[in-house]
Amino acid sequence: MTVIDEIRDRLAVLNPLSIEIEDDSALHAGHAGAKGGGGHYRMTMVSDAFIGKNTVARHRLIYGALGELMRTRIHALAIRALTAEEANTQPTRKEL
Amino acid sequence: MDIQNVIREQVTNNSVVLYMKGTPQFPMCGFSATAVQILKNLGVTDLFSVNVLENEDIRNGIKEYANWPTIPQLYIKGEFVGGCDIMREMYENGELKTMLGEAGVK
Repeated sequence: MTVIDEIRDRLAVLNPLSIEIEDDSALHAGHAGAKGGGGHYRMTMVSDAFIGKNTVARHRLIYGALGELMRTRIHALAIRALTAEEANTQPTRKEL
Repeated sequence: MDIQNVIREQVTNNSVVLYMKGTPQFPMCGFSATAVQILKNLGVTDLFSVNVLENEDIRNGIKEYANWPTIPQLYIKGEFVGGCDIMREMYENGELKTMLGEAGVK
């Protein structure tokens, strides 16, 4: 199973309405922090499990569901965690 | 001293603490670089940064301390704020500026 499939699999418990995952590993190949070998991923997930939770709590839900994947096959995971309502009202984000 | 106590002292004795890979001058990871840039943009000059690549005990201990699996990690007045994505979100919506203001950070 690819890491992306495994991420989707584990996050199913949060009843996602959508999950988009991009593999950014190639951008980070060889940098000092990536020696452990895990991949870099970027994810936008929409789920009503996030309703009433602040961003830290949302990310913790995701990290909890991913379990040891965060220490093994995933080196870094950029997360946007939105409720369905937020996904409809803030479709874009300003780049830093 | 136990590593968890070392971390507790670091985050409570300094207003703004960033656990990162590399240093503010030479970040060794894009996420750490972004975190530093955000704090710079907000005019934070009094930053206590810890290079986790130089200390394996802190690198592992910090993940346990905040129950947060990734680095960078930002603390303000001893409170865990979040990692890079959260800093970016709070920077964009103004929350981080407010939080630093309330903490009296310069």
